[in-house]
Amino acid sequence: MTTGTTSPAPARAGARRYRARSPLARYLVRRAGTSVLLLVGVTIVTFTLTNLVPGDPVSAALGEGAAQNPETREAFIRSRGLDQPFVVQYLLYMGNLLRGDLGTSLVTGRAVTTDLATAVPATVEIAIAAIVVSLAVSIVLGTLAAYRRGLVTDQVVRVVTLVGLSVPTFWLALVSFYIFFLQLRIAPGSGRISPSITPPPRVTGFYTIDYLLNGDGVGFLDAAAHLALPVLVLSLVTIGLLTRFIRTSVLEVLASDYVRAARAKGLSGARVVLDYVLRGASLPILTVVGVAFGALLSGTVLVESVFSWPGLGTYAYNSASNLDLPGIMGVGLVVGVIYLVINFVVDLLYGVLDPRVRLA
Amino acid sequence: MSTDNRTDALASAGRRTRLRWPRAWRSPLGIVGAVIAIAWVIVAFTASWWVPFEPNAQVLPRLQEPGVDTLLGTDGTGRDIFSRLMTGATVTIPLALMLVVAAMVIGTVVGAVAGYFGRWVDETLMRITDLVMAFPTVILAMVIAASLGPSLFNAVIAAIVVSWPQYARVTRSLVLGLRGQNYVIAGRLLGRSPLTSLTVDILPNIVGPMLVLATLDIGAAILLLSGLSFLGLGAQPPTAEWGSMISWAIQNFDAWWLGVFPGLAILTVVAAFNFLGDALRDILDPTGEVAHENQADRAASATGAAA
Repeated sequence: MTTGTTSPAPARAGARRYRARSPLARYLVRRAGTSVLLLVGVTIVTFTLTNLVPGDPVSAALGEGAAQNPETREAFIRSRGLDQPFVVQYLLYMGNLLRGDLGTSLVTGRAVTTDLATAVPATVEIAIAAIVVSLAVSIVLGTLAAYRRGLVTDQVVRVVTLVGLSVPTFWLALVSFYIFFLQLRIAPGSGRISPSITPPPRVTGFYTIDYLLNGDGVGFLDAAAHLALPVLVLSLVTIGLLTRFIRTSVLEVLASDYVRAARAKGLSGARVVLDYVLRGASLPILTVVGVAFGALLSGTVLVESVFSWPGLGTYAYNSASNLDLPGIMGVGLVVGVIYLVINFVVDLLYGVLDPRVRLA
Repeated sequence: MSTDNRTDALASAGRRTRLRWPRAWRSPLGIVGAVIAIAWVIVAFTASWWVPFEPNAQVLPRLQEPGVDTLLGTDGTGRDIFSRLMTGATVTIPLALMLVVAAMVIGTVVGAVAGYFGRWVDETLMRITDLVMAFPTVILAMVIAASLGPSLFNAVIAAIVVSWPQYARVTRSLVLGLRGQNYVIAGRLLGRSPLTSLTVDILPNIVGPMLVLATLDIGAAILLLSGLSFLGLGAQPPTAEWGSMISWAIQNFDAWWLGVFPGLAILTVVAAFNFLGDALRDILDPTGEVAHENQADRAASATGAAA
């Protein structure tokens, strides 16, 4: 931002200049501004990609038969503004977007927005559960590895996380489905709930929460059981990502004076870990949660279809394998927005939690 | 006297060889990774000469279990899985290496230009980088591959588009730190053009981190390519490609060998490159985790002294 300064760290110099008179609100506005700009960028990307389609978009949208009819063709071209210049077409696209019109899916025959409205909560439910699970596991593993640095435990954790980052998730989903459902019959089958159970009345769209709100214990257990396998499979990659990072930040904190002081005071090991080390390491950890969420959203595309989980991933898979462009673009747009929002929230939390860093 | 001299000479020779021995080889994980990775690369460039069956020839009984005559069994149309698996390496590994090099070159050039020239050049290039990074990789790659039309070539293009920004980011931050260094300024005062300054003074210092990033990225590239093929957006049948082999295995759930082996192939290649990259990072990337390790060492010795 403050380019042209000869200072070795211009960003920090800029931050200091702002900090004097910058409350959280100022940061918020600026951050929201960049987010909106990025959002517009995201729409430009998806729009340009939609126009990249090789072949005849008219036949693609209408089907070969209807596209033969010159009148239908003409009407379609005019209604979609395909005879307009590129910029006008983009504005039309944006207009449709703002009215909530993402086109009609070629696979389901419904409006893409209608499909996405049911798919998004299903995926967010998985993603949140997976983030919770992987954070819990990787905080334990990462702290352990940092404390036992260079020892066997550290090496084992290193191997496990590297392997976790190397497993193709779609394959792991397949293998675990085969083992735990088809062979051992421990896991429940595919989908969000068993076929014998009625879905809960929609409040949040998260089945587990909706069942709880409805006071339906059986439904909750069933939904949670269906959630378990996909969540575990998805967590493996994020565990790999997070553990490495947590190990590094815990190492950093362990070297600091306040941890040494806490030890010198004679506090118990558990107290030092929980109240000093992890608290100090929590901020850097927060920053990677955004990255981990992106990895999760990528993972769902490849995993959900194996479990027939009716979320964004399955929708993307069906759209992609049938070359349903409105569907794919819808997923791209929605995921781009979700990802932006997550990173925005992460940055906000960072600003809120760390009084020193109002302007990261 | 003479024996003393000999042992001296031997000792110093031994020491010299040990010093020359790259540090990567002393990390057991790095060795394991290097061996497996090299083995797979050799397979990737020679497999077409020694696979027992033509990968697409439907010569054998259908859905035969793994055994003596067909090492890993046959698939639903009677093709030999072992041959297809080895042929899959000739498809995936060269493409992954190629796309990582392409992404590294593009990303390094963009990042170096942005970091070196600063101002509006930096702003423009970095906003474009941000834009690409505003999407999770697989999603953006999927959208691009679908728009371009499903083919292996387009999947590689899509993978390059989503992979270069990380190189640009890292290069930029390294160049930002280096361009103010006295030796770089001295070079400029000697009359070096920006291009010479970048290539002669700055580039040698960012090669290490870039190599680490690239090695780790080979694994990610293979996962991405096979993922796109799994979605049907990459290799098209009957190409023997690991991701699409797994995708077809869903049709035949009972024949476990259809899907398990291609997955293991992906897992071993990717893990090998990740192990290797991890070992390389400790050596070639002095700004990485090593700094924290040293800090922790100091703290440990300090607490040791206190206790």
